[in-house]
Amino acid sequence: MTNPSSIASRVPAGRNRAGATSVGARVAWVIVVGVFVCFFALPIVWVLLAPTRSDAGIVHGAPLTFGSLDDLAATWRHLYDFQSHAIVTWVGNSALYSFSALAITLVTAVPAGYALATARFRGRVALLTATLMVMLMPNATLVLPLYLEMNALGLDGSRLSVILPLSFFPFGVYLTYIYYATTVSGDLLAAARIDGASEWMVFWRIALPLARPVVALVAFFSFVHSWNNFFLPFVMLPDSQQYPAQVGLNNLLTASPMFNASSGISEILRPELALAALLTSIPVLIVFLFSQRALVSGMTAGATKE
Amino acid sequence: MVATGTPQARVGASRPGIRAAKPRRRRVGSGRVGYLFVAGYTILLLLFGVVPVAYALWLSVTNSSGQLVGLGNFTRVFADYRFGSAFAHIGLYLTLWLISLMVLVVTLAVMLHGRLKRTSALVRFVCYLPGAFAGASSVLIWLILLDPVASPVGPVLRAVGWRSAAQVVAPENLPVIFTIIAFWTGAGSWIVIMYGALNGIPDEVIEAARIDGAGAVQTALRIQIPMLRKWIAYMLILAFAGGAQLFVEPQLVGTASFGQVPDDWSPNQLSYQYAFVAADFNGAAAIAVVLLVLSLGCAAAAVFKAGLFERGHS
Repeated sequence: MTNPSSIASRVPAGRNRAGATSVGARVAWVIVVGVFVCFFALPIVWVLLAPTRSDAGIVHGAPLTFGSLDDLAATWRHLYDFQSHAIVTWVGNSALYSFSALAITLVTAVPAGYALATARFRGRVALLTATLMVMLMPNATLVLPLYLEMNALGLDGSRLSVILPLSFFPFGVYLTYIYYATTVSGDLLAAARIDGASEWMVFWRIALPLARPVVALVAFFSFVHSWNNFFLPFVMLPDSQQYPAQVGLNNLLTASPMFNASSGISEILRPELALAALLTSIPVLIVFLFSQRALVSGMTAGATKE
Repeated sequence: MVATGTPQARVGASRPGIRAAKPRRRRVGSGRVGYLFVAGYTILLLLFGVVPVAYALWLSVTNSSGQLVGLGNFTRVFADYRFGSAFAHIGLYLTLWLISLMVLVVTLAVMLHGRLKRTSALVRFVCYLPGAFAGASSVLIWLILLDPVASPVGPVLRAVGWRSAAQVVAPENLPVIFTIIAFWTGAGSWIVIMYGALNGIPDEVIEAARIDGAGAVQTALRIQIPMLRKWIAYMLILAFAGGAQLFVEPQLVGTASFGQVPDDWSPNQLSYQYAFVAADFNGAAAIAVVLLVLSLGCAAAAVFKAGLFERGHS
């Protein structure tokens, strides 16, 4: 972290020659950026601290302080006891749905994006257009007809009714397509072909290794998209044993006496809700911690070459 | 499949010597393998993209016994008093959300670009991290944070005139609240992406502008932002697509609003009500089709205007 005095001493070196950055501008920079940092960071700090306190502590105590490990243990016990450790089941379900969908997405989307960008075949433009259309379409538009389709197939209420639609991820195809179209030179692939490599070898040995950033990117978006999806499982799955974490949270909120006076449960209060929000987000949080670089390199690889 | 021609094949065709050697095999091969590569995805696209859309269209023009009723479902749904208000809600929310996204994300990305590398990286990371809480978690967190009784920024909320949780989740505040939640979870990754796109602008261009006497603001307005146009359009399209399908936020807030927020606040909720409460799948499909047409229209306009998908073929 850089302190303000070094901001003052370092920035002008490059800029002052042109007279672009005045003291006022720098102060404004620090204030504006500071406000946004608080806005983004405070809720995270809060959600990390809240489970360590009692509900009364949150309401009456000093804001944003650490409670005690005992309170954290109590919070966890309350949450774990809710519908006999439903929280664990929900997170497990989310993992199952997200990873299954991710696997199918990668196997289908990456070759498709590659072919759309590098090969010319009849129907290519139609496929590309359809991909774009569906990608830009609100997912929820399809949830109801998907439900009816699954119903007709006899799959409604099964886990597959969630996994299969989630594994259809046109955004992944689009990302891969953009990446290959803008970053990987056609000459390189052509050279390999002239050297006698088969199309499959060209893809497997040259194109795929080059696409590592975009594969990471697609995996990242697909995982997050599946993990955070609410509407689809909400509609498809009737049984709370099958709920993913997101739908489970809805259950928890409905059961909390904070928001529902008629609820018979008294243990699910603010610390428990905060802990549940945190626990159900941890997998995505971990992915986020390690994926920012992939995100940048993936998205900008396309931009730099244009 | 034979005559479409890759760029290489076209180059080959203009040079007789090469044409004699291989181009035919390559063209055909390229086509067939192309089909193989897209096969898996195409099946998914048909099953979970095309078929449901077609099915929704079909349902929207038929009745429950499968007879064509023309636009009957649409006129019926339009006449529902909940329809207009649901779209008004979502329209207001989308306006707030897209404007704040466009103005604040671009401003922040430009401000963070080219300064203090480490501070900037840290700030970007902090902005981006809340994305991990997208969905139900973020709603849950903000429901508590916006409750003046328990919020760490309670005094600020009271200063704005919000004294109780019930007052905060009053229906007229919802577009603002959803914008805050969406910005908290969604803006960060766009800041990161915009920042990356700014890196894609060649240094010489920026340097040339500086030599010509452009200040930071001038450079941003005249060079950086115009060059980000494509990315901004891309962001707005995806934000629109995401925003129009608002469901989990009003659903959860509705649960926690002490009965103030109806469970048909957004069009998707209304569609859900039609389908699963009234068992009227045709009416639900009609709403889904309206949403679909709306978002596709906007997307097409943005794609066309920004020339988003013209590049990258060569």
